[in-house]
Amino acid sequence: MKTKELLFDPVIKNNPIGLQVLGICSALAVTAQLKQVAIMSVAVMLVTGVSSMMVALIRNTIPSSIRIIVQMTVAASAVIIADQALKAYFYDTSKQMSVYIGLIITNCIVMGRMEGFAMKNKPWASFIDGLGNGLGYAAMLFAVGIVRELFGSGKLFGISVMSLTTEGGWYQSNGLLLLPPSAFFIIGCVIWLIRTFRPEQIEKE
Amino acid sequence: MSDSAGKTLTVAAVLCGVCSVLVAGAVVVLKPKQMYNADIDFKKNVLLAAGLYQPGIDVNEVFTQVQPVVVNLETGEVVEDINPETFNQAKAEKEPENVITLDKKEDAAGIKKISKLQKVYLVKKDGTVDQIVLHVYGKGLWSTMKGFLSLDKDAVTVRGFNYYAHGETPGLGGEVDNPNWIAQWPGKKVYTEDMKPAIDVIKGKVDPGMRNAEYKIDGLSGATLTANGVENTFQFWMSENGYGKFLANMRDGGIQ
Repeated sequence: MKTKELLFDPVIKNNPIGLQVLGICSALAVTAQLKQVAIMSVAVMLVTGVSSMMVALIRNTIPSSIRIIVQMTVAASAVIIADQALKAYFYDTSKQMSVYIGLIITNCIVMGRMEGFAMKNKPWASFIDGLGNGLGYAAMLFAVGIVRELFGSGKLFGISVMSLTTEGGWYQSNGLLLLPPSAFFIIGCVIWLIRTFRPEQIEKE
Repeated sequence: MSDSAGKTLTVAAVLCGVCSVLVAGAVVVLKPKQMYNADIDFKKNVLLAAGLYQPGIDVNEVFTQVQPVVVNLETGEVVEDINPETFNQAKAEKEPENVITLDKKEDAAGIKKISKLQKVYLVKKDGTVDQIVLHVYGKGLWSTMKGFLSLDKDAVTVRGFNYYAHGETPGLGGEVDNPNWIAQWPGKKVYTEDMKPAIDVIKGKVDPGMRNAEYKIDGLSGATLTANGVENTFQFWMSENGYGKFLANMRDGGIQ
């Protein structure tokens, strides 16, 4: 597959959250603020890309009996290193995101790409595929995040766009959007939107 | 796919070795920066309560105005022979000789145990104490809410207060982080005329003309239990079992 396809197909054509329905859990937790979305997206993209690349490098030497555990070890190491780097360079945000960076290891997208792509493809292609799926994840998270932060707290990236009534302004914030389940509703709407324009994504009966 | 037992063990061992080296290496290399960040963050929160923090300042430089001291809550005295710079509050909380277990009647804030040694931050101005910054914490609805309270040198009037850590519901109890709620604290009094803990979180907004307005704090809409937590926290830490004795000492001019 060509690099461009690997990188951009997962954004709309084969979105990990929208079509493959993977990695939904963290979408609930970190989409209340766009700053957290940005950091989570970069972390997932890099972890998925690097883990896939590492697994692809050793794919011919992994005994099939320990295949899954090997993948988990590689992914877990990448996640720990990402978490430590965040604590060192983006301390304030990492405190806000607390356990969710560490939980990237539970994100099905990471394991899904290692097992589904990296075990059968070359390292560079696997890296781009990981990056691409991370990008698809990021796109979905940004869509949800924009709605939740803007209409839930009147801000974008922490900058006030619609002044809240609790701060003397005019906008009565939508409290539901600040709570995690709202992310589910929004994802549902995005999937609906994508499939309206791309009916080929609708599962056959 | 090769499957012999020997091959499996070798691959597993090498993989574990390589990953361990990478992970341990990252942790060791990044630790100094992380500790520095945690230290700056802590100092920033102390300065925030004292009204000395602005985004972009050199935290370490501004923090030179702050003199930490270690206080014994039971005597209300500064413990002279402990170096405040090396005193580790978290470690002290675990040492059995420091731990005081509170019984239910005393434990308004629901924290069960406290350390009798507490680090207090004296903000100096022109050589004398101007503000006293105290670490206070207590049970909210979902979490232990931790904050810094800055009192004026009269040890009664609030100069600033905010929570640096809590897990209350965003939009409800989480409104303790709302700048407007935080802004009402300077000028409030933590003790009544007869030195009883006074802070009272009411329902609704405080009318400055109200009787005893200086002891009243705006309520948090939909967050009664968090608000109770705030009140209880003050109830405890301003009492004899908290900083009461120390603050009385400060007022009598016992500590400079």
